[in-house]
Amino acid sequence: MSTEALDPQGPKPRHWYEWERIVVYTFLILTSVYFLMPLYIVIITSFKDLDHIRDGNIFWPQFSYGEITTTDPAGNTVTAMAHWWSPWYRAMFEVCTGLECRGITPNFLNSVIITAWSVPISIAVALTTGYALSNWPFKFSEAFFTVLIVGSFIPFQVMLYPMVLLTKNMGIYSTLSCVVFVHTVFGLPILTLLFRNYFASLPVELFKAARVDGAGFWRILFQVFLPMAIPIMTVAVILQVTGIWNDFLFGVVFAGLPNYPMTVKLNNIFTSTFGIKEYNVEMAATMIAGSVPLLIYFLSGKYFIRGIAAGAVKG
Amino acid sequence: MSTATKSKTSSVSIQNIAQSYGALQVLKELSLDIPEGEFLVLLGPSGCGKSTLLNCIAGLLEPTQGKIFIKGKNVTWEEPSKRGIGMVFQSYALYPQMTVERNLSFGLRVAGMAKDEIEKRVKRASEILQIEPYLQRKPMQLSGGQRQRVAIGRALVRDVDVFLFDEPLSNLDAKLRAELRVEIKRLHQRLGNTMIYVTHDQIEAMTLADRIAVMKGGSIQQLDAPLTIYSKPKNRYVAGFIGSPSMNFIKAKIGGTAKSPTVEVSGQTLDISQYAFIDGTPVGREVEFGARPEHINILRGAAAKGKNVFSATIELVEPMGSDSLVWLELGSQKVSARVESSETFTPGEKVAVQFRVDQASIFDLQSGDRL
Repeated sequence: MSTEALDPQGPKPRHWYEWERIVVYTFLILTSVYFLMPLYIVIITSFKDLDHIRDGNIFWPQFSYGEITTTDPAGNTVTAMAHWWSPWYRAMFEVCTGLECRGITPNFLNSVIITAWSVPISIAVALTTGYALSNWPFKFSEAFFTVLIVGSFIPFQVMLYPMVLLTKNMGIYSTLSCVVFVHTVFGLPILTLLFRNYFASLPVELFKAARVDGAGFWRILFQVFLPMAIPIMTVAVILQVTGIWNDFLFGVVFAGLPNYPMTVKLNNIFTSTFGIKEYNVEMAATMIAGSVPLLIYFLSGKYFIRGIAAGAVKG
Repeated sequence: MSTATKSKTSSVSIQNIAQSYGALQVLKELSLDIPEGEFLVLLGPSGCGKSTLLNCIAGLLEPTQGKIFIKGKNVTWEEPSKRGIGMVFQSYALYPQMTVERNLSFGLRVAGMAKDEIEKRVKRASEILQIEPYLQRKPMQLSGGQRQRVAIGRALVRDVDVFLFDEPLSNLDAKLRAELRVEIKRLHQRLGNTMIYVTHDQIEAMTLADRIAVMKGGSIQQLDAPLTIYSKPKNRYVAGFIGSPSMNFIKAKIGGTAKSPTVEVSGQTLDISQYAFIDGTPVGREVEFGARPEHINILRGAAAKGKNVFSATIELVEPMGSDSLVWLELGSQKVSARVESSETFTPGEKVAVQFRVDQASIFDLQSGDRL
């Protein structure tokens, strides 16, 4: 017997230093650098004082801190001891828009309130609607669903003015509840689609079995379907939290001056032309605003992907 | 009224049920009476309306017309849970996030039953079905057979009058299916409940049923005891659907006289005076002569000559263990015969076949009805 026949057939398994791999990794690293660079610059700038920013080396972080001079709204020059956290403190509690110098904290809280109410309400409504449409068909349920889906293709801007009139007549215009209401309404089409398709992908026999067991509309939803809807629920929560937190349009239109969310305030800080432009404070404010969605993605990335995949299998 | 007395004696009574989706008629004016304690199997190919009928009985589908009585009560508009039925599904349909115990007790908890009563019933059901060791497990951790047992248990704990099975064994492998089939039969003998069982598997139907309803295109073709359906199929469809390997159909013409009728098979005549015609001898009618493989004998040597014996050629042999299926060429027609597996035949061999006329079925070529 020749020894050749005993040798393993086919090409040898590849190693990590194969040239294809090097190309792939080079590409991935370059892409990451490209996308992470702005974040890096925002972060290091938010820890610099203005003198260092004026030095112009935007890629290099600041390591030592000294005195800092700024101008207050009255035009006086103020000198203060600088710390690495000074821009963050200023962003949180001192930065001015117009004559109001309370930092972004009130608006941060506004955003928290809006998100905390809008997310559960919109999800609860869409969950019920999607479940009803998929399992309790009524005479015009298909037509109703079509209208809802078509609704998601209409640009929000078209509906802004009618919505302003509607909320004004409801007597809630220019309040936080108005923003919550608007988010709930505009979140409905996409969330309903999400839940309906997810529930439609569950075996219909499960629903039948629950009905034979005597469970009604709500009991089937809460005791049978909801525990199975965790993946899609994760998707919905992430979608809504980031969407609502990042929203600018509805905030600026419906909230009213004292209720502006974070995003509107951030814009006002950037566009205010009074005094010196404090890049470090603006960057700090940006990081604070962006921290919530960022945190959500980091904490739930795995479940998010799982949920998206779960919803994508059948639709 | 006759319908009122009827529904009193029967466990489930279906009267003129029809179900249609737009122009598509799934059930066509179907009536069915099921006596107390009967095991009825609805048998038919997919799309014949058998599951639709079961869903109508369960109350999961609203019939377009007709009435359904369970235990003499008109339940046509009643909620599924209030009909006194339990249902077992093909995909088990267990609640995935609940333990076996909570799966079993879900219906009872919904009904607001007392805790100790629930416990008692769950205990009894799990004893009967031998699922006690798994009570604290989730359905994910069970095998297919165990899951289906839990699903049966879910109907059992509710102490229902009628059990409905919707192809409960179709998701299981062949060995488990045979085992669970026996268990369902045992369960029926023990409980004595009315059971309605939907399947497309004729072996399940034959082994389990007191009566089989063979369905096609939304109507019942024949409703009879399994052996009657097997030996005296009402029409060609039932004859072809029941039996595996299936019945041989040979195109022929009734000849001879009313006293001693014959059929002509590939140029030779076969005396069929032993055949019991339902309604007189239709001499001259174009028919299909149906013979099951086990009712065809293969003869060799001296026995292969004589009257009512036809020469044929062996085409191929399918050994099946317990017996063998021999395919023969009889003139231009192909015929299969079942023989002892100890008998050996070689393809190409010239043999003779003999039909057992008393066991045969003769169908009208046009209408397909049994003659």
